[in-house]
Amino acid sequence: MRPRRVVVILKRIALYATAGFFTLLSIFPFYWMLVTAFKEDNDLYVAGTVRDHIPWIFNEPPTLEHYQYLLGDTAYLVWVRNTLLVGAAVVVITLLLAVPAGYALARLTGRIPPTLLFIPFSRVVSVLGLQNSLWALVLVYPTFTIPFCTWLLMGFFRSIPRDIEEQAMIDGYSRLAAIRIVVLPLAMSGVLTAAFFSFALVMQDFVYALTFISSVGKMTVSLGIPVALFRDVFNWGAMMAAALITSVPIAIVYNLFIDRFIAGLTTGAVKG
Amino acid sequence: MALPEQAPAAARPAPLALRRATLADREGALGRLLMAPAFLYVILLVGIPFVLAILLSFSGARSGSLAFSWVGLYHFATIIRDDQFQRTLVNTLIFTVVSQILVMILATTAANVLEAAFVGKRAVRMVLLLPWAVPVSLATMAWAWIFDSTFSVINWTLRAGGLMKGWIYWLGDTELAMAAIIIIHVWRMFPFATVVLLAGLTAIPTEIREAAVIDGASFWRRLFQVNLPLLLPVVAVAVLFGVVFTSTDLSVVYLLTRGGPYNSTHVLSSLAFQRGILGGDLGQGAAIALFLLPALVLVAIGLLRLARRSEVGG
Amino acid sequence: MAYVETKDLRKAFGDVVAVDGVSLSVGEGELLVLLGPSGCGKTTLMRMIAGLETPTSGEIWIAGERVDVDVPPRARGIAMVFQSYALYPHKTAYKNIAFPLEAMATPPAQVRERVAIGARRFGIERLLSRFPRQLSGGERQRVALARAVVRDPKVFLFDEPLSNLDAQLRALARYELREFQRQIGTTTIYVTHDQVEAMGLGDRIAVMDKGKVRQVGTPQDVYDYPTDTFVATFLGSPPMNLVEHDEQTLYGFRPEHLLPRAAFAQEEDVVIYHLRVRQVEHLGADRLIYGHLKEETRADQPVIAALPVTIPTPVAEDQVYEFAVPARAMRYFDRTTGLRRLDGAA
Repeated sequence: MRPRRVVVILKRIALYATAGFFTLLSIFPFYWMLVTAFKEDNDLYVAGTVRDHIPWIFNEPPTLEHYQYLLGDTAYLVWVRNTLLVGAAVVVITLLLAVPAGYALARLTGRIPPTLLFIPFSRVVSVLGLQNSLWALVLVYPTFTIPFCTWLLMGFFRSIPRDIEEQAMIDGYSRLAAIRIVVLPLAMSGVLTAAFFSFALVMQDFVYALTFISSVGKMTVSLGIPVALFRDVFNWGAMMAAALITSVPIAIVYNLFIDRFIAGLTTGAVKG
Repeated sequence: MALPEQAPAAARPAPLALRRATLADREGALGRLLMAPAFLYVILLVGIPFVLAILLSFSGARSGSLAFSWVGLYHFATIIRDDQFQRTLVNTLIFTVVSQILVMILATTAANVLEAAFVGKRAVRMVLLLPWAVPVSLATMAWAWIFDSTFSVINWTLRAGGLMKGWIYWLGDTELAMAAIIIIHVWRMFPFATVVLLAGLTAIPTEIREAAVIDGASFWRRLFQVNLPLLLPVVAVAVLFGVVFTSTDLSVVYLLTRGGPYNSTHVLSSLAFQRGILGGDLGQGAAIALFLLPALVLVAIGLLRLARRSEVGG
Repeated sequence: MAYVETKDLRKAFGDVVAVDGVSLSVGEGELLVLLGPSGCGKTTLMRMIAGLETPTSGEIWIAGERVDVDVPPRARGIAMVFQSYALYPHKTAYKNIAFPLEAMATPPAQVRERVAIGARRFGIERLLSRFPRQLSGGERQRVALARAVVRDPKVFLFDEPLSNLDAQLRALARYELREFQRQIGTTTIYVTHDQVEAMGLGDRIAVMDKGKVRQVGTPQDVYDYPTDTFVATFLGSPPMNLVEHDEQTLYGFRPEHLLPRAAFAQEEDVVIYHLRVRQVEHLGADRLIYGHLKEETRADQPVIAALPVTIPTPVAEDQVYEFAVPARAMRYFDRTTGLRRLDGAA
């Protein structure tokens, strides 16, 4: 029987090794993106059969030329602007509709199984080409952001004790006024989370953008980068540069909100 | 619906105007009113295209013409006999099932590991989220570069490690391309599943797990007889999420292989897109897309029932 | 004259009847306690009076005006203190107290004045700038009370406001609450499941069970002359002993009335019981004797006797002693209906 101490240490090592493995698994494509974005072309385009050229490191000093190309010679910034506009519009529409719906489902009715709300049934239906218009996207995106955010907000509203609303009603307000004055301020973090996830969901979409948008000047980043970044020669460096600077901000902000999202998800699933 | 703002002299009974109950007080009607806009928006903008899609699948419509000619079940009959369509159906199934199995294995392991507290745990959790946070199209392009036929870094690494002699053309060979697609799906989805399972694990009351330890159960027994059953609702939700997103995915297939080589890696949504929108045969495209729906609904109902039934304490 | 009145009030949630035909009247300035076990309907009754639930049928009158139709909570002139105190977590104590005044668009100068008065009454002036999470349970309760008082309501409604306090604090809190209600003279309805609290606080107690009011009366009334076995056993700790004497009658006597025969005068009119002692609990001020009666009517009925420390008679386990209950303290209940017989044993 091994002494406990040794077993504990072995377990610790196994723990760190597994954690390390998963970390590596998740992160290596990003590392590869990073490296590609800053490598000289002749450091990049070396056939994989060449043994002594190690692709994982910088064999030549890093360069900013891909970023210069990206920001100067492509429509990338236009796409960023488009994405922000569409995103903002969708967030507004979503919050306007999902906040009252989330409240109603949390307090006033209760017959919908909440998990149903975040299944994007709209994805299944092939969309039918309103041609080349960003407004089409603004119209269509809420069909999945609204159910998702309603479900999210439902969880947040449920966590606010009923007592407080009823106290406000006794203290002199109608239920609607009580919601506005007492409940909403307390649900602010939920509203922010919903806003963020609406935007994140918009950024994720590729299919609707592919279907609705055909002219380069109207594309979003998620569509433009894979499909329209270059006119003639394919440029992996620039593409990875674009992918990197688009991904990193989202990923950072995701982390700020993920706790709340998960809390909502498990309360919904575990306790119904 | 705002309260009339009248200031009474003393803090005594409210003036008559305030005293009648308004709509803002009637809970039943208020509830329906608050839900209505969201409900209508989604129903209309999902429902109408949906009905339209059904109608289209029975029509000979082509993009560019407004004619709507009734063809009955022609499209459905055609595609069922089509080899490529059958292949596509099988692909969709394979991609979904295989990736979900792998995701669940990886996620369960990762969740159990991450549960323990250790240095850098927060950082690991953050990193684990990256694959899911990144837009799918961008992630796919990164992987396309990783699988590139001349410069693939995976190939280089495998050769450097002595695990490979020749050279693999990932996207040029059907089986390998399918494997590549599955790898991307798994890479994207397992972090999300891990975080969900992790949260589910922590939601299990500590007393129950401590009781199992005191009762003398070994790690494996505890895993299979206490943790996993209690995790079932959460697992069901994570699997449902994964199934829906993988089976309806168009981005990965379209961007990685365009359905190639020779249309052998298509899934239902990418084939529908190719034939319906790129090819202009809206009727056939609609029919292909609709194929997915009944299966999806059944799976959703099944998993939701599972989640409900295994809920502890309702 | 009844200040708050319910007439045959009924509330059903689907098939479940929570309140089943309750007619109560509360006099002006009175403190009426709604007492009963959980699920008896007392909270639902109070919520209907407050306007938070709509009655299925029946009427509610406050200060001579009918309120159950179309008069929302804010217009009924009531103030309510919830069990959790329902303080607005994102507002300071000051803002919490000022809230109802601001809801009525009271001029700011008056708001400040009334909040100051309310805070002074409960001794919380120095806490006004704090947030609820920075206050202790007792302090939160005072803020909730100050908020209730500040707009001069017609009726106070309290929903178990002391159950969140430490047991040690409760007696003191009860005393202060009573003092406060006496001073301010507002009609009060108080819900609790704690019969000690009810006895200590109420001018009258309405004992409820399964949606119906079993008895309304002063604490002494309901304690000494319970209308049925439910009331008899709900009040008093330990509860009244109920002993079967024949097919139709239950004899009821409280533990403090079951004493050694020798504790009574020779000529006093008593009923004798022979008690086999099972356990003795020494509780400081009392001894509780758990035992069985050896009487012939039905063997081995368990009873409890409460001996005050002033009766030092030695009592040992497994012994049989001669105990007695004075006739004036004996109550008689019908075995089938549970109702008390007013005329003595059949």
